[in-house]
Amino acid sequence: MDQKRRTFLKVAGISTLAGLGAATGVGRLIGGAESAMAAAEEAQVNASAQNGTGQNAACGDACINRYGMLIDARKFREDPTLGERVVLACHREHNVPNIPIKKDEIKWIWMTHYDNAFPEQANLYRDEVNAQFQLPILCNHCDNPPCVRVCPTQATFRNADGIVMMDYHRCIGCRFCMAGCPYGSRSFNWSDPRPYIDSADMNRDFPTRTRGVVEKCNFCDERIRKGLLPACVEACGDSKAMVFGNLNDPNSEIRQMLKQHHTVQRNPSLGTLPSVFYIV
Amino acid sequence: MFEKALKGNNYYWMWLAFLGFIIAVGGISYLRQFFYGLAITGMSRDVSWGLYISQFTFLVGVAAGGVMLVLPYYIHNYKAFGRITILGEFLAIAALLMCMMFIMVDLGQPLRALNVMLHPTPHSMLFWDMCVLLGYLFLNILCGWVILTAERKQVAPPKWIYFFVYVSIPFAISIHTVTAMLYCGLPGRHFWLSAIIAPRFLASAFAAGPALIVIMALILKRVANFDAGKEAIDKMVTIIIYAAIANMFFLALEFFVGFYSQIPGHTHTLQYLFSGLDHHGHVYNNLVPFMWAFLILFVIGIALISYPATRKGSDLWLGLGCASIFIAFWLDKGIGFVLGGFVPSPINEITEYYPHLNELLITAGVWAAGFFVLTILYKIAIGVEHEIEA
Ligand code: SF4
Ligand code: SF4
Ligand code: SF4
Repeated sequence: MDQKRRTFLKVAGISTLAGLGAATGVGRLIGGAESAMAAAEEAQVNASAQNGTGQNAACGDACINRYGMLIDARKFREDPTLGERVVLACHREHNVPNIPIKKDEIKWIWMTHYDNAFPEQANLYRDEVNAQFQLPILCNHCDNPPCVRVCPTQATFRNADGIVMMDYHRCIGCRFCMAGCPYGSRSFNWSDPRPYIDSADMNRDFPTRTRGVVEKCNFCDERIRKGLLPACVEACGDSKAMVFGNLNDPNSEIRQMLKQHHTVQRNPSLGTLPSVFYIV
Repeated sequence: MFEKALKGNNYYWMWLAFLGFIIAVGGISYLRQFFYGLAITGMSRDVSWGLYISQFTFLVGVAAGGVMLVLPYYIHNYKAFGRITILGEFLAIAALLMCMMFIMVDLGQPLRALNVMLHPTPHSMLFWDMCVLLGYLFLNILCGWVILTAERKQVAPPKWIYFFVYVSIPFAISIHTVTAMLYCGLPGRHFWLSAIIAPRFLASAFAAGPALIVIMALILKRVANFDAGKEAIDKMVTIIIYAAIANMFFLALEFFVGFYSQIPGHTHTLQYLFSGLDHHGHVYNNLVPFMWAFLILFVIGIALISYPATRKGSDLWLGLGCASIFIAFWLDKGIGFVLGGFVPSPINEITEYYPHLNELLITAGVWAAGFFVLTILYKIAIGVEHEIEA
């Protein structure tokens, strides 16, 4: 077992114990996913990063990592083919079926207009750039995720590292999480997805799904554990169009960039605390 | 007591055979869906709940509506409801069975349904909904059966049953409240995110449920020689009128909040439902006819059941009035509320919902199954009544 995986398991284990011990019934009821006001208390996070154990509500005692992503929409305007490459990289990596029927489509990351990504930022006089170009949207891996709160089986759950995950074997397909997600990040397998996966392109290391379960971006959990970057980030090459990193580490690249740029989150007024940030 | 369901005239058997046929068609359609997946429904990535969940939502109300008989009879000792309280309890059983069937046919992985119990999740309202629905079903079966058995033996029901009868009253309120909470706690769905959803659900339930019971009582009077009594019917109609008006009042408040505040999120769905929503130059108005039918039927229904000549003068007009109210609120809650809430989508796109034929057949099958159960339960209840009289 490599070091990363061990750290991951340790974090997960400790957080489970802490969760069992500390969470009161009421807290669980209203809190849903135990939420972290990530990076809210700069000093606290600094301290925790130094001694290696984060004091973070999300995982009780230890929360070394909270993954986040910064998307630089300017880069996607500079290189109009980048969007397609990013989407393809993700969908290929995760065996996301390519279903031509619009109502049944499944997508983990896709390009959309600014008005769709940020509908609450409507502007009567749209600037040309935003009217014309598209930016990628994906699951925000909310720190306070409504999808986790509403799921009746915990098939959608929040890892200690902030990644909102799916258990495809537990999901009953009630689609409550799809109604609950305020970002439209989730897709349902209305029929068997396998006929729509190009078998030549298939990634044998990642599971395909069955019909009747929900799926979404998993922040490339399987790659992060191996020390790799998410597939979409990798597809951006050195362009820094997408930056992935640990939000709890003030020295991480993503935190440095967040410090230097004005960034926005999608619909922050809902209190979901998205972990995906945009430079628009 | 089941033997009572096995004796009936030709009409009784023809009615059951008719329902049985629809059930069979629905069953075959369900098998098709089971083996192919929910792609043979009109649901989509944007409108992820369709007819099944909207029927479920409406029928929870019908089930809860029975409490409008139980409460006056047992708490206020309102004797006139003595004969028909059982109709309310048995209607609740049939409606709850329909609810559960609608949930089951909606699941993508129905064989895993038990996961809700195996991994109880108190922060999910669906978990609580399951708890209160099962609880209410159990209470109604228990109370209905024990009281009917006692009646048949012409003895007073055992004292302990009253405990369960009283418990069933808050349970009736809770089933619809928790069902409302499925919707009204979701961030980013402005139409549902309203504290008045639960009271509105209860008001429409307390109109639609009793309306169906009045219709049933009027039918039973003709076909089964069972008279609920003028006073009981009249009192129920009064309840229906007040509850129906309360529902419309709550709806009017939604309109006020939306259109006076002029916050786009609060008006979009109302526009979509009642006048059509203009989106990038295209007007989406799929549900507008249904919503206007709802308003018109409400006006017709409330007029028929309020105006003395039609209310007291003839069973036919009274029945039509109640049917209008029932259908109106079915359109409101069983069509508009759930489907409308998905428009526009969180990323400001509009997808309209057109049910698939297979989905319609399954829906019809579940309704037929509910009425099948209801017919048998009413047959038993009325058989017992006749036995006592004889
Ligand atoms: S974006 Fe949606 S699916 Fe992703 S964590 Fe947030 S609520 Fe859940
Ligand atoms: S569809 Fe699956 S993941 Fe979503 S709420 Fe239902 S059980 Fe949970
Ligand atoms: S993080 Fe991974 S799963 Fe999510 S969009 Fe990027 S490639 Fe896809």
